[in-house]
Amino acid sequence: MSDLFRVENLSKSFGGLAVSRDISLSMPAGERLALIGPNGAGKTTFVNLVTGQLKPSAGRVLLNGEDVTQLGAVRRVRKGLVRTFQVTRLFSDLTPEEHVTLTVLQRQRKATRILSRFHGSSHVADEVHGILGTLGLHEVARRKVGQIAYGQQRLLEIAIALALKPKVLLLDEPAAGVPSADTPRIEQALERLPPSLAVLMIEHDMDLVFRFAKRVVVLAAGEIIFEGLPSEVAADPKVREAYLGNYAHARSVA
Amino acid sequence: MRTILSIAIDALAFGMVLFIICIGLSLTMGLMRVVNLAHGAFAMIAGYIASYAARDLGLGYAAAIFLAITGTIVISIPLERFLYRRIYGSSELTQVLMTIGLTFCVIGITNYFMGPTLKTIPLPQALSQPVDVGFRTIAAHRLFVIACGAAVAVGLWYLIERTSFGIKLRATVDNSAMSDALGVRTQVVYAISFAIAIGLAALGGVVGAEFLPIEPYYALRYMVTFLVVVSVGGAGSIPGALIACLVLGLVDTTGRYLMPDFGNFFFYAAVILIVCLFPRGFLGRAQ
Amino acid sequence: MHIMAQAGTVSAMSKAKSHHWWRDVAGIALIAAFGAAGYWLFPDNLALLTRIVAVALLVLSIDLVVGYCGVATLGQAALFGAGAYAAGIACVNGVTEPMTLIAIGAVAGAAAGLLMGGIMLRAHGLAQLVLSIAIVQLFHEAANKASAYTGGSDGLAGLMVSPLFGVFEFDLWGRTAYLMGLTLLLLVFIALKFVVASPFGMLCRGIKQDPVRIRAMGSFVFPVLLKMFVISGAVAGAGGALAAISTQVVGLDSVSFELSANALVMLVLGGLGTLYGALIGTVIFMGFEHMVSAINPFHWMTMVGALLIAVVLAAPGGLSSLVERISASRGGKS
Repeated sequence: MSDLFRVENLSKSFGGLAVSRDISLSMPAGERLALIGPNGAGKTTFVNLVTGQLKPSAGRVLLNGEDVTQLGAVRRVRKGLVRTFQVTRLFSDLTPEEHVTLTVLQRQRKATRILSRFHGSSHVADEVHGILGTLGLHEVARRKVGQIAYGQQRLLEIAIALALKPKVLLLDEPAAGVPSADTPRIEQALERLPPSLAVLMIEHDMDLVFRFAKRVVVLAAGEIIFEGLPSEVAADPKVREAYLGNYAHARSVA
Repeated sequence: MRTILSIAIDALAFGMVLFIICIGLSLTMGLMRVVNLAHGAFAMIAGYIASYAARDLGLGYAAAIFLAITGTIVISIPLERFLYRRIYGSSELTQVLMTIGLTFCVIGITNYFMGPTLKTIPLPQALSQPVDVGFRTIAAHRLFVIACGAAVAVGLWYLIERTSFGIKLRATVDNSAMSDALGVRTQVVYAISFAIAIGLAALGGVVGAEFLPIEPYYALRYMVTFLVVVSVGGAGSIPGALIACLVLGLVDTTGRYLMPDFGNFFFYAAVILIVCLFPRGFLGRAQ
Repeated sequence: MHIMAQAGTVSAMSKAKSHHWWRDVAGIALIAAFGAAGYWLFPDNLALLTRIVAVALLVLSIDLVVGYCGVATLGQAALFGAGAYAAGIACVNGVTEPMTLIAIGAVAGAAAGLLMGGIMLRAHGLAQLVLSIAIVQLFHEAANKASAYTGGSDGLAGLMVSPLFGVFEFDLWGRTAYLMGLTLLLLVFIALKFVVASPFGMLCRGIKQDPVRIRAMGSFVFPVLLKMFVISGAVAGAGGALAAISTQVVGLDSVSFELSANALVMLVLGGLGTLYGALIGTVIFMGFEHMVSAINPFHWMTMVGALLIAVVLAAPGGLSSLVERISASRGGKS
C-alpha cells in the first residue's frame, strides 16, 4: 500500500484504564478525514499518541512507510507530521509575523542561529507574508497575538502548521471557541489547504465536518466504531448509540 | 562503635530538628503552593522571643516555648493576611522574591531591636544532663528533640488524615474552587494551615537552637538548607520530609564528624544526586 | 488588492525595524554617557564603579537565563566565580595580560555554564531552583576546599596584572580598570542585543512562554537552553574575571548563594527580559547599598527587603517598566 500515513493497532492505557483501544486507520496523500466522537472518546489522546506527546502502550505509527513510533515529538514534526492545538498555544507578546517567521526559520534549521538577524532574509519574509496572506492575516501581521481576535488566533495556529510544510496535518478542533460569525473564515482556510496534504480533523461542528471531510471516523470509548462516508454516519446504529446512549445514561453531568 | 552510636544519635536529633522546622515549609509548599523562603525567619523570631523570655523575663523553658510559638503566630497573622494572600498562585519566582524580601526585612528589624549578638536559650536542669540508657549515656536534650520530632510527625499525620479539618484541607488543595462551592471557607483553611506551619517553625527554632544557633543571619543562613530539605523530601509529604531530614541529617552529621574540612560539600552533593534521581523529591506528589 | 496589502506590511516592517535600531543605538550611547559621567563625577570611587560594572555583567547573564528563557536560578554566582577563579589562578601562574585573563574567565564561565545547564535543565520548577542553589553551594565548598589553588577562605590574593595592551598600567585609582570594564560592558551589551534579536533569541522567548508549542514547531528545547546557559556563563565569567583583575583578589564571596540572590534581586528591581533593566537594577541597588550600608548594614537589608516586596506586589515588571509606563502615559497625553 502507498499510504502516506498509517496507524496500526494503537493502544494506550493509564493504569488499568484503556483510553485508546486497538485503533487502526490509514490516509493517502490528499485525504480529508474527520475524526469525531462524543466527549471523552479519546480524540485528543489519539492526536497526542500519533504526534509523540504520549507513548503508546502498543501499536505502530507509520509515515511514508517508515515506523516513527519510537521517535520523539520533535523528530515527527521534522518528518512532516504536524498538529495544531485544541486550545491555542501561542506566544501572547509576539506578532503573527514573528510566529510564522520563527517557524519557517526552524523548518530551514536556521532558528538556532545567533549570528543572523531575525528579520534578515527577504526569502523568509516573502514566504511568511505569503502564508499570512493566504489565511487573511496580513492586516494583523504586526499586532501582538494577545490583541488579535480569537478566530484570528485559530487561523494563526493553522498558519504555523502550514509553515512547517507538513505531509500530514492533524487539526485538533480548528473551529473550537470561534464565534459563529468567524467560522466561514476558518472554513475558507481549510478549503485552501494544499491539495496533496493529508488532513485529519477533529471537530464537533457537524456542518463543518460534512462540508470538509470525504471520510469520517467515529471514536467512542477509545475505539473506532464507524468508518465511512459522511452521508452514512447519521444512520449508523452504533454511532447513534454512542452519541444518544451517552445522553440516556448521563446523570451526573451538569 | 562508640563513635558510630554518637554520630547516629546526633544525626537523628539533627534530622528531627530539621524535620520540625521543615515540615511546616513542606506543608505550605505542597498544600498551599507557596515557596516560603521566609520560613526560617519565623523560626528565628521564635528563637529571639524564647531567648528574651527565658533570660530577660526569667520564665521556664516550657513557658518560653509556649510564648515563642504564640508570639510568632501572632506576628505571622497580619503577614499572611496582607502579603502572602497576594502571592498564592503566583509564579515560583515571584514567591521566592517576595519571601526573600520579607526575610531581609525580618533580619534587619530583628537586629535593630535585639542587637547583632548570638542569643542562647538556657536549657532546664532536666534537659542539660546526660541520661543513662543502660549501655551508655545520651544527652537528655537530644532525646527530647527526637521525641518532639516524633510527636510532631504523629500529630500532623493524625490532623491531616483523621480530622474534619484535614479533610477540608485536602479538599481545598485538590480543588479550591470546588471546596469553596461546597461551603468550605478556603481562606480560613489557608490561614489556619499557615498558622500551623509557622507554629511548627517556631517550635523547631526554639528546641533546635542547640544545633542551629539563634543569630540575626539565621534566617538567611538556613534558608537554603530548609528549602533543599523540603524539595528533596517532596513538598507536601510528611513521610517524605521525614526521610529527607533523616538522610540529609545523617549525611551532614557524618560528613562533619569524619571529614570536617569539607563543610557542606557532602550535603549538597547528596542533594544534587537525589534531585537528579527524584525530580519531585522522595515522595512528592505528581503536579 | 492583495499585493497592495503586502506592500503595506513590508513598508511597515522596515519602519518598525529602523525604529528599534535607533532606540538601541540611543540606549547604548546613553549607557556610554552614564559610564563616562561616572568616571568624571566620582574619581575617588572608581573601584566601586568597576565593581558595579562587573556585577552588571553577572546580572546581564542572569537576564539571559531568567528573563529570556524563563529558567529561574539562584546559583548564577557559580559561573561568575568560575570566571574569577580561572582568571585569578591563571594570573598567579604567569598569564598576566588583562584581555587574555578576561577571555580565560569567559571560557571558564562558559564551561561552568555548560555543566550547570546540563544539570539544572534536567529538572523543572522548584527542583530546578533547588538544583541551582545546590550547585552554587557545591562550587563554594569546592573553592573553599581546594585552598592550594584558590586560597580557600583567605581568598586568592596577589594578582599582578600587566599593563593593558602593554601601555596602560592598572593604577592605584582604578582608572584603567574602570575604563576597561566599561568598554567590556558596552561590547558585551551590544553583542547581547544582537543575540536576543537573532532567531535564536526569538526561539528562547518562545520556549520561555510555551516549550510544548516550540516542540510542536519541530525544535528541541534542551540544546537551545543549554546554548543560552553557555553564553550566559561566558558573560558571567567575563564579569568575574573583571572583578578579579580590578581588585587583584578573588574571595569566596564571588561564588556564593548571597551574591546569586542579590544579583537576581537587582535584575528583578530593574526588570526582566530587556537587558536595560539589568543595568538599571544593578546601578540603583549597588549605589544605594554603598550609601546605606555605610551607615548600618542591617538598615540596608530592611530597605532592600521592603523594596523587593513593593516591586513584586506593585510593579512586577521592575523599575524599568515603571519608567516605560510613565513615559507611555505621557506620550498618550501629548
